[in-house]
Amino acid sequence: MRFQLTEDQRALRTGVRELLAARFGRERLRAAVGADEAGEVPELDRRLWRELGSAGFFSLRLPETAGGVGLGLPEAVLVFEEAGRALLPGPLIATHLAAGEVPGAAEGGTVVTAVDGGGVVEWLEAADAVRGDAAGAVPIRSADPLTPLHRVTAPVSGDRTDVLLTSLLTAAEQLGTAARVCELAAQHARTREQFGRPIGAFQAVQHLCAGILVRVEVARAAVYAAAVTVDPADIAAARLLADEAAVRGARDCLQVHGGMGFTWESDVHLYLKRAWVRARRPGSVTECEEVLAAALLAEAR
Amino acid sequence: MDLSDTPQEAEFRARLREWLGKVLPSLPAKPSPDDWPGRRAYDLGWQRTLYDAGYGEVHWGADPAVRMIFLEETEKAGAPYVGANFVGLLHAGPTVAAEGTEEQKARWLPPVLRGEEVWCQGFSEPDAGSDLAALRTRARRDGDAYVVSGSKIWTSHAEVADWCELLVRTDPDAPRHRGITWLAMPMDAPGITVRPLRTLAGSNEFAEVFLDEVRVPVANRVGEENDGWRVTMVTLSFERGTAFVGEVVACRRVLGELALAARENGRWDDPVLRRRLGRLNAEFRALWRLTQWNVSEASEGVPGVGGSVFKLRYSHARQELYEAAAEVLGDGGAALDLEQPWVLDRLSSLSYTIAAGTSQIQHSIVAERVLGLPKGR
Ligand SMILES: Cc1cc2nc3c(=O)[nH]c(=O)nc-3n(C[C@H](O)[C@H](O)[C@H](O)COP(=O)(O)OP(=O)(O)OC[C@H]3O[C@@H](n4cnc5c(N)ncnc54)[C@H](O)[C@@H]3O)c2cc1C
Repeated sequence: MRFQLTEDQRALRTGVRELLAARFGRERLRAAVGADEAGEVPELDRRLWRELGSAGFFSLRLPETAGGVGLGLPEAVLVFEEAGRALLPGPLIATHLAAGEVPGAAEGGTVVTAVDGGGVVEWLEAADAVRGDAAGAVPIRSADPLTPLHRVTAPVSGDRTDVLLTSLLTAAEQLGTAARVCELAAQHARTREQFGRPIGAFQAVQHLCAGILVRVEVARAAVYAAAVTVDPADIAAARLLADEAAVRGARDCLQVHGGMGFTWESDVHLYLKRAWVRARRPGSVTECEEVLAAALLAEAR
Repeated sequence: MDLSDTPQEAEFRARLREWLGKVLPSLPAKPSPDDWPGRRAYDLGWQRTLYDAGYGEVHWGADPAVRMIFLEETEKAGAPYVGANFVGLLHAGPTVAAEGTEEQKARWLPPVLRGEEVWCQGFSEPDAGSDLAALRTRARRDGDAYVVSGSKIWTSHAEVADWCELLVRTDPDAPRHRGITWLAMPMDAPGITVRPLRTLAGSNEFAEVFLDEVRVPVANRVGEENDGWRVTMVTLSFERGTAFVGEVVACRRVLGELALAARENGRWDDPVLRRRLGRLNAEFRALWRLTQWNVSEASEGVPGVGGSVFKLRYSHARQELYEAAAEVLGDGGAALDLEQPWVLDRLSSLSYTIAAGTSQIQHSIVAERVLGLPKGR
């Protein structure tokens, strides 16, 4: 048992983090939010999409013979964790899962989105291809300024493997977001002063921050393990814990930021809103809990 | 990221499993929880059995992955818990191994491994719990001995211990953390009075220990005089880092039994309760993975955020597990019936957020040492 990142995996993570910092740093993030300020729906950055494609983001798990990178789910999880950290917008998971099936998806030339269990579709207008039935989709004003949403009524007919992988990669994105808000909270707590000392010296604030970190670490162990086992109960556990780590983490981070956290200028709300969007993808809390309950009976027998 | 056994690990697991299958059925019946001499004999006997089969040293082994397998397999097979050997095997022993002289190692370690001597931990005092460095038990040097006076409290297994890892103040004028010394005190020395304390579970799990001019040879000092705080940190890292690993496996088993019981008695049809058990499944699966992660990281020589993060979440989850148990099994007064073994487990789970450093203290440790926040107030 060597349940830790290999050298190659560490290098991959660093590489992706650097790529995203260069191509989608804070300025780009805030520029993307700009559309919302102007009352427009955000555009998908096609150039960035193609860059992601040529970096292997979408073709990561395709065999090399099919022009892919030939890596596995653990690597995909690390990459999506970085995407979640950087708050990278777009139907990343749907396009990744379509690589090899929808022409152009692997290279980042085609943008693919999917109708999923939450009754909404992300990035429908920007997509070149839609998996699932989006007939009669109605645009809604998305709470997340970086994710345009449509409401759909069609029942979901996603294939089981896709649903599982979507849930796992969603958990990976949530993990990245959770880890990032933990850093932001700690950073703010170290520097913001009240009553003549950094607020991080107050236990109430310390314990909020420590709680965020504990949820991140527990979720990390669950997400990485699920990437290795691909066991449906492990994936359900990973998803539950990562959703919790991201949503509660972002809320607590906002609290640590005080009034600053409630302003549009601060990034904290962007992390929270995206965590909400992801949390309603297939593999919701109820579904996960039921899967895990059923697994208990199956294992205890 | 690899969760599968290496060939050596698989071989170890298979050998252990086979051995457990042979040895466990012939084990004597467990003594009653109140029979302390019986429990001591039983726990020492099990350690001796492990020792004779070559597993005596597994907690101290160089390979943490092997230790994980040991804890997983013994717990799954329903083997006895370390029990009275907890302190000796899991933190006093490892501390002596790390910090003791060759003579001290030769004197104290083999009897722990062979299941001959029991240790207890005399750290806490009535006025020094979370604030351990406030301890006041005094030791003054008199020739080749320290003369110790003061008192300790919540000392687990003190009644049946042969040795006590004892913290004393050797320099009252030094700054708090600087005047402390780590001693191994023989529990049969004159001047020691052990007064059992009743826990809220009704048992005599721990005791008060009064020390009146107890002579402890200077040769029993581990580390330098007044350097005991550093040695203590070594002890605590073993205590928090390793102590609960096997228990996660036990909790997973209990959770499975609970699910079966719920199906039996119809409570499983309540979706709220069912999902609560599902969520606990997520919790204990993740805690097991976190343990594997910490252990893998530690074997690389990198101390992970490990112990405190794990202990915080685990102690809480364990309490939630028994709250759920009360929901599942509690009809007809069972939740209040002390004859039900899980009612005692529910009661003792309350100690997990207190013993070995409270959750509040662990939160502060995580905030300050992991997240680098300023020292708290
Ligand atoms: C079952 C059990 C077995 C034990 N076995 C042993 C043993 O074998 N040997 C041994 O030496 N000790 C043992 N202990 C003692 C244990 O280590 C202490 O109880 C523990 O460290 C807490 O100290 P305290 O009880 O003095 O509580 P206190 O320190 O008085 O704490 C009371 C409350 O105040 C909070 N608090 C205190 N200080 C702070 C702070 N700085 N910031 C925020 N909150 C704070 C605590 O979190 C707690 O909620 C055992 C305890 C239990 C319950």
